[in-house]
Amino acid sequence: MIKTLNNLEKGENGVIRAFKGNSEVKKHLMEMGLVRGSDVKVERVAPLGDPIEVKIKGYSLSLRKEEAKQIEIEIK
Amino acid sequence: MDKIKIALAGNPNVGKSTLFNRLTGMRQHVGNWPGKTVEKKEGTFQYNHHEIEVVDLPGNYSLTAYSVEEVVSRDYIVGEKPDVIVNIIDAANLERNLYLTVQMMELGANLVLALNMNKFAREKGLKINKNELSELLGVPVIEIEAVDKTGSDELLKTIVKVSKSPNVVLDRLEYGNEVSEHMEQIEKIIDQDIPQLDAPSSWIALKLMEDDPEIIKKIEETGKGQRVLKEVKKIQRHFNDVFGDDADAAITDARYGFIAGLVSESVKKPKIDKVTRSDLIDRIVTHKYLGIPIFLLIMWFTFQITFTVGDPLGGYIEEGFAWLGETLAASMGEGFLTSFIVDGIIGGVGGVLVFVPLIFILFLILSILEDSGYLARAAFVMDRFMHKLVGLHGKSFIPMILGFGCAVPGIMATRTLENEKDRLLTMLIVPFMSCSARLPVYALIVAAFFSAYQGWVIFSLYLLGIVVAIIVAAIFKKTIFKGMSAPFVMELPPYRIPTVKGAIIHMWERGVLFLKKAGTIILALSVVIWALSSLPVGVEYGSQESVTGQIGTVLSPIFEPLGFGEWQATVAIIYGFLAKEVVVSTFGTLYGIGGDGGGGEASADEAPAETEEETAPEEDPGFIAVMQELFTPLSAYAYMVFVLLYIPCLATLAAIRRETNSWKWPTFAAVYTFVVAYVVSFVIYQGGLILGF
Repeated sequence: MIKTLNNLEKGENGVIRAFKGNSEVKKHLMEMGLVRGSDVKVERVAPLGDPIEVKIKGYSLSLRKEEAKQIEIEIK
Repeated sequence: MDKIKIALAGNPNVGKSTLFNRLTGMRQHVGNWPGKTVEKKEGTFQYNHHEIEVVDLPGNYSLTAYSVEEVVSRDYIVGEKPDVIVNIIDAANLERNLYLTVQMMELGANLVLALNMNKFAREKGLKINKNELSELLGVPVIEIEAVDKTGSDELLKTIVKVSKSPNVVLDRLEYGNEVSEHMEQIEKIIDQDIPQLDAPSSWIALKLMEDDPEIIKKIEETGKGQRVLKEVKKIQRHFNDVFGDDADAAITDARYGFIAGLVSESVKKPKIDKVTRSDLIDRIVTHKYLGIPIFLLIMWFTFQITFTVGDPLGGYIEEGFAWLGETLAASMGEGFLTSFIVDGIIGGVGGVLVFVPLIFILFLILSILEDSGYLARAAFVMDRFMHKLVGLHGKSFIPMILGFGCAVPGIMATRTLENEKDRLLTMLIVPFMSCSARLPVYALIVAAFFSAYQGWVIFSLYLLGIVVAIIVAAIFKKTIFKGMSAPFVMELPPYRIPTVKGAIIHMWERGVLFLKKAGTIILALSVVIWALSSLPVGVEYGSQESVTGQIGTVLSPIFEPLGFGEWQATVAIIYGFLAKEVVVSTFGTLYGIGGDGGGGEASADEAPAETEEETAPEEDPGFIAVMQELFTPLSAYAYMVFVLLYIPCLATLAAIRRETNSWKWPTFAAVYTFVVAYVVSFVIYQGGLILGF
């Protein structure tokens, strides 16, 4: 099943399959380790509902849902 | 003695500054990179008959042209060619840290890898085989702990060794067949057409494929790049057609692919991720319901400690200088020279030193918050609020809160923002937060006109400041900062106990920097204002006959439409530029009331630059009578609004000058806030008249 990263529930995890769109942010996100084939897990959501915190390559990264929307995740 | 030039590089939060401080101690110099707002730290130390010069490069995740910091680091590596680059790596976060390493290898840098925080890596259950890693990369790998001496000697020995016989690493990198093949094609053309470039042609080839604007520009400037650029375009199209993705993404993928290979060979990971201490803390600190109250509580403590400890200390300094001035004036007698020394120099120096306790304490707290890892959580918790409201980053909240105390520490706190445009925009709106120096002005006027609604009137001014800041930010985002993309992509580093040494060095650096850079400007301008108030020789200090008084008289008609066209009100505004609370004492001096009572002689103890009064002006009936004579309730309110919004005080402008490293932004801030203040006061006064107030 494919979901975009912003739609993952807290605690849900999957593998990055693709990036939609082509923004400057995409490059930055990829450089931070959100590359295809990586495991990603949503650790928590900020109290006001945005941004989210994900675990990627063994560390914690936060990003806004706006950006997370571009990332497609395959849920196993 | 041999000289060796080294640079420290690494991701943010890996202990880079800690190592820098350990190596150089107090022998360091903080400045700016030429023409940039990015801070440059340099230092020297001696080791075994070698004099080692260290530059602390900005903390970077990558070396693209994504941020100013990245460009600075890259230009330094390419242009200055340090003998050795020590790449500090968080062993607990190896993969992402190696991404930067790979890019430095692409640049042909002579690297030494310093694995830091090995204790945390072990806690996470990671087993790193550093010999294997070193073997695969062709670069020495040393285990250190930046907080103590662990590995220090081995690191230094390796630095010296590597400086004599550089590593050759370019051939170690692998990008997979597809990327490598095209890279070689471009490389070949570069070598034929433009062989004299100062960076490896393989790196140029990669950067061109990545569409790096800086490198494309450089190649265009050589005038011989047509063939290369055409070939690059062709290859980029090929990537899009064949993989449905751009070359840029393919290269990032390839780098991480190479790293994944390295890590699988050299690191043993546990099957299941352990729940770390940071996770446990975050469950509370970023909790759905507790997160915001905890944040506000920490902000409240920051504010309280900074201002309840800092303000009285500043007050003592102020009193001390006032006493010094009085004593000197008494022993020297009246005269031009006395006035120069007392009002000009002592007043000016006092005006600088008053801020010192505030700034030292603030930076102590900020560095504890930052080093502990909490600052990133604060931004995480507040980001939605700030983003929706002003289009800013979550981290902008802290400078703005501090602005309610004093804009100077607020502006200095903007350096916690990574994005330069966020930083500038925050600096421009922080002065609208009504600082504590404006309170005496409100108190005086409110007592004279609005005694029944004191609280509400003052509250309305605070609110107005916030509203104006939000509107101005929205306008700036659509105009001068247009197209600024400041995505919120931020690492949440593990919580760590900040080191005392680190916090103190940080505090000391900032405090001294403020004194040196902002202090000289404040002092110089204080003397200018003194001169304007005392010339021509013989006039009463700050009277209508003085240059300041004359300027006030000439300018006062400008303020007629705002309801306060009297020259005294204008002169008070001019003095308010020194520090906003001076507005109150200026009225005192001009009307010979408050303060020490007395008549109108030009003696030092009545100079506008002094603020302490025997009775608080808002309780002084003489003051209130003068205010009621000068203003109507409506014009008094318009005047308060003007004082709230107009040109930030000298110290604030000096802080902006210091932080942006140019006169452009403080000048802009002065001009635009004046316009904003004028427009808002005009609307309030004229609107009020129409409504019949």
